[in-house]
Amino acid sequence: MIRVENLNVRAGDFRLSDVSFTIPTGQYGVLMGKTGSGKTTILEAVCGLKDVTGGRIYLGGFDMTNARTGDRGIGFVPQEATLFSTMTVRGHLSFGPKVRRWSKAEIAERVGELAEVLGITDLLDRKPFGLSGGERQRVSLGRALAPRPQVLCLDEPLSALDEATHREMIDLIRKMVKSHGITALHITHSMSEAREIGDCLLRIDDGAVHPVEL
Amino acid sequence: MQPAPHKVRSDFPFYSAILGIAGLYLFLIVGMLAADLWYAVANVSMEEFRELLTNEDIQSSVRLTLISCTISAILSVLVAIPAGYILSRYQFFGKTLIDAVLDIPIVLPPLVVGLSLLILFNKMPPWSGPSFEEMLGGNFTYNVPAVILAQFTVACAFAVRTMRNTFDQISPRAEQVALTLGCNRGRAFFSIVVPEAWRGISTAGTLAWTRAMGEFGPILVFAGAIRGKTEVLSSSVFLEISIGNLEGAVIVSILMVTIAIIVLVAVRFWDKGNREQFYHD
Repeated sequence: MIRVENLNVRAGDFRLSDVSFTIPTGQYGVLMGKTGSGKTTILEAVCGLKDVTGGRIYLGGFDMTNARTGDRGIGFVPQEATLFSTMTVRGHLSFGPKVRRWSKAEIAERVGELAEVLGITDLLDRKPFGLSGGERQRVSLGRALAPRPQVLCLDEPLSALDEATHREMIDLIRKMVKSHGITALHITHSMSEAREIGDCLLRIDDGAVHPVEL
Repeated sequence: MQPAPHKVRSDFPFYSAILGIAGLYLFLIVGMLAADLWYAVANVSMEEFRELLTNEDIQSSVRLTLISCTISAILSVLVAIPAGYILSRYQFFGKTLIDAVLDIPIVLPPLVVGLSLLILFNKMPPWSGPSFEEMLGGNFTYNVPAVILAQFTVACAFAVRTMRNTFDQISPRAEQVALTLGCNRGRAFFSIVVPEAWRGISTAGTLAWTRAMGEFGPILVFAGAIRGKTEVLSSSVFLEISIGNLEGAVIVSILMVTIAIIVLVAVRFWDKGNREQFYHD
């Protein structure tokens, strides 16, 4: 579950006040809003990448408001994938588990399993240079899911993809999220994308987040 | 009535202007090097050339130049990486001032840098008691460590600038992703940022090395130009001129140009190899 209560965030001149919403456990939440409305700021605050000035953030029932980013059990899929340019695809998938000190056997098993489901087994020894947009997003998704997070945050992950890849990625993301029992927070501008991928829709207007019927 | 079709004017004046202006500067650089070569060929016999290159003082000067520049470059990069990172990633009170202070060694006249180092080590701290020079056993000023510090002071400022630009061009998003994957700041920095910044680090190191080799003013004032002791190639040129040996000065200058070109080309090749290894399959 993701529960945000009376969240206050300040980033330069931009302010968000008293933002509250809940995404129940295992549900896929989509957050929509105009450009500059603060969607990414909310997502960054949930991830622990933005300091909050007030309110609480609960993840999986625990108060994570002041927890360090790496302790929140979150997977993050940023816009345009943001891959590590010097690392192989295998390196990306094994990075999180390695940081969390999984055994070599566990890491190898997890990398193999994810690569197969994501359809990137042939790319494991390649570096990001030259990968297509869809391949990059698959790697980014795999990297985020590898350490088995409870929560997945996706910041407009499909905005740069062509229509066919977009469709394919929606199916893949939904399948992965549901099979892992993850609670997701997905940001998008597209209502059709929100309808296709989401279980619940939230809209941010004038600094307030409201649930909207899908 | 249809408007007359628009005809775009020629690009010739634009290309002529930019190529002409850039070419003038290139001509100046090549002209200087060609003049040195011509002067050496016309005025120095092969015998004199060999004699100067086998001269013990010049050989010692080459050795000290290579060693001191390498140490200065390594120190510069070690300082420039954290300094450039802080300036690029964090906002804090007084940042503009600190940014300007870090440029002082670049804008200050070289002799003033040397003089300031001399005063810092020999007249400070201002309260009674031993100076920094005495605390260091009196073996710093006019010795090899002074050569290295004088080179480092200026070279490091260039390296900091380069590293800041490098970190500015690397998106902080990759680091943030690493944080969400469980890294602390240090691990995200060394696992993600440093490998991505590798090209900038090699550029900063090369720039610091070549800058250190060209340094003269601060070395002359703070370390002296003592033959066989604190003499580096730039001071060799000065010493040869001061005894009226213009030919010798030109030969040493050509030697410096050759070393600089070898270093620059070697680093370019090394960097190209690394880039392919780092970023491609």
